[in-house]
Amino acid sequence: MSIIEVKNLSYTYGVGTPFEKTAVKDLSLSVNAGEVIGVIGHTGSGKSTLVQMLNGLIKPQSGQVLLDGVDIWAKPKEIRKIRFKVGMVFQYPEYQLFDETVYKDISFGPKNKGLTEKEIDRIVRKSAKFVGLSDKLLEQSPFDLSGGEKRRAAIAGVIAMDPDILVLDEPTAGLDPKGRDLLLTQIMQYHRARENTIFIVSHSMEDVARFADRVMVMNKGKLEMLDTTKKVFAEAERLESMGLRVPQITEIMLALKAKGYEIGDGILNVEQAFLEIVNLLKKEGKI
Amino acid sequence: MTRDIALGQFVPGNGIVHRTDPRVKIILLIFFITIIFCAFNFVSLGIVTAAILTVIALSQVSFKLYFKSLKVIIFIVIITSLLNMFYGTGEPIWQFGIIKLTMSGIYRAVFVSVRIVLLILISSCLTFTTSPTDLTDAIERLMKPLKFFHVKVHEIAMMMTIALRFVPTLLEETDKIMAAQKARGADMESGGLIKKVKAMTPILIPLFVSAFRRAYDLATAMECRCYRGGEGRTRMKSLHINRLDIIGIAFSVLVLTGVVLCNVFIAPVV
Repeated sequence: MSIIEVKNLSYTYGVGTPFEKTAVKDLSLSVNAGEVIGVIGHTGSGKSTLVQMLNGLIKPQSGQVLLDGVDIWAKPKEIRKIRFKVGMVFQYPEYQLFDETVYKDISFGPKNKGLTEKEIDRIVRKSAKFVGLSDKLLEQSPFDLSGGEKRRAAIAGVIAMDPDILVLDEPTAGLDPKGRDLLLTQIMQYHRARENTIFIVSHSMEDVARFADRVMVMNKGKLEMLDTTKKVFAEAERLESMGLRVPQITEIMLALKAKGYEIGDGILNVEQAFLEIVNLLKKEGKI
Repeated sequence: MTRDIALGQFVPGNGIVHRTDPRVKIILLIFFITIIFCAFNFVSLGIVTAAILTVIALSQVSFKLYFKSLKVIIFIVIITSLLNMFYGTGEPIWQFGIIKLTMSGIYRAVFVSVRIVLLILISSCLTFTTSPTDLTDAIERLMKPLKFFHVKVHEIAMMMTIALRFVPTLLEETDKIMAAQKARGADMESGGLIKKVKAMTPILIPLFVSAFRRAYDLATAMECRCYRGGEGRTRMKSLHINRLDIIGIAFSVLVLTGVVLCNVFIAPVV
């Protein structure tokens, strides 16, 4: 069953000014509970606007967002409740940290949700654990942490609301390769433990290929493709025409295929590529 | 949210008002403000109104934006004109107790409201058609004589440039932080005054932190490019007075002459 459904969603910024710009145009999609959706698209393709409409931060000018089959704007006064169900981690979330200690900052969301002290304590420690923050760090000021730790603390602040759907807007931007891997692995561990739905906006095709069940491709405010990761990355040319690309390893394998080697479609990571090449060499009797 | 402020917003363009030298525009703005307050009868007020409407028509900025900037002051206009209406002297044409409506009062109300509207229109025209950097450049040039009194003209202008430059950046940042805290369930709409002020903490602290971070970054970037104040600094774009500016000045002088002549030959009504 689909947990979130979007019907004919449109949004234009600055209506009636010289700066008018359509960000999302007549977009429809449906996502099942427990899926990991990779969102890719060129800068300015409307990804950020779309994800902000999913939790009611932006009110669509036309169209609907259905959460568990109910329009989130049916009761505009209760839009805050939606935000606890659809957690949103913005780009560079570390700039939203504000409280005296990391612990207090993470508890901001649960407190707004109206949980009791005991529940808050439990969920804050659990969330901190998910993102790998030690108990010692919890008592420090968020402004004394390193860049990567700040990022983690901010993500923990959203996870602490225990949302059914978690939206991450470029969670790894500006992190070093090691930090990226670690963060993504932790997010995926959290996903498996909580079995929630995840939207992950990313410019890194490698990250998307590694973790997403399905990929949605945005182009000029429209939904260009929404399909399994394999199928989306099989269309290298179409992606390139939208200023995107396929993962590097996929690109190499496609090039080999173009040279006449017998290689299957939809190879998304180095392990798969390795097996495919070994098989090919075995078939040709070279090893 | 914060994006809807029309007053003081620059609209890029290439019309003749845009191309006029910013120094000339500032001086002409002061000039026009003086003229607005020199119109004492309907003919001269008409001349000034026509002149200002011509300027804003030439500015190639949509009337909607001018209208938006007027919306901000509509209450001031209504209140001042209402007050003026009942403060006139002379023969009352309608009376109720101590409140009396006179012809001179009505005239005064009309003049006051037209003057305020014109004032806003012409000042908006300056900010709509002049980029903040041009504006501060021009202010720096115009304030140059103050150096004689040891006023740090260049530093003041630089501070203004930086402040203006960061207004949109900080607005955008505020929007972002507000969205992020709202996403964490922050409630900024309901509750009393104290609760509302408290609800601002999660926005103000990150905003201050980021403002300081930007200030540090900017200071470093400026030092890296060997900035050390205005001493001996030259400009990439130096300002020149050209034909367009002279036409603008001539036009304004003409309007002033018209207004003065009208004042001399037609009896004032206020």
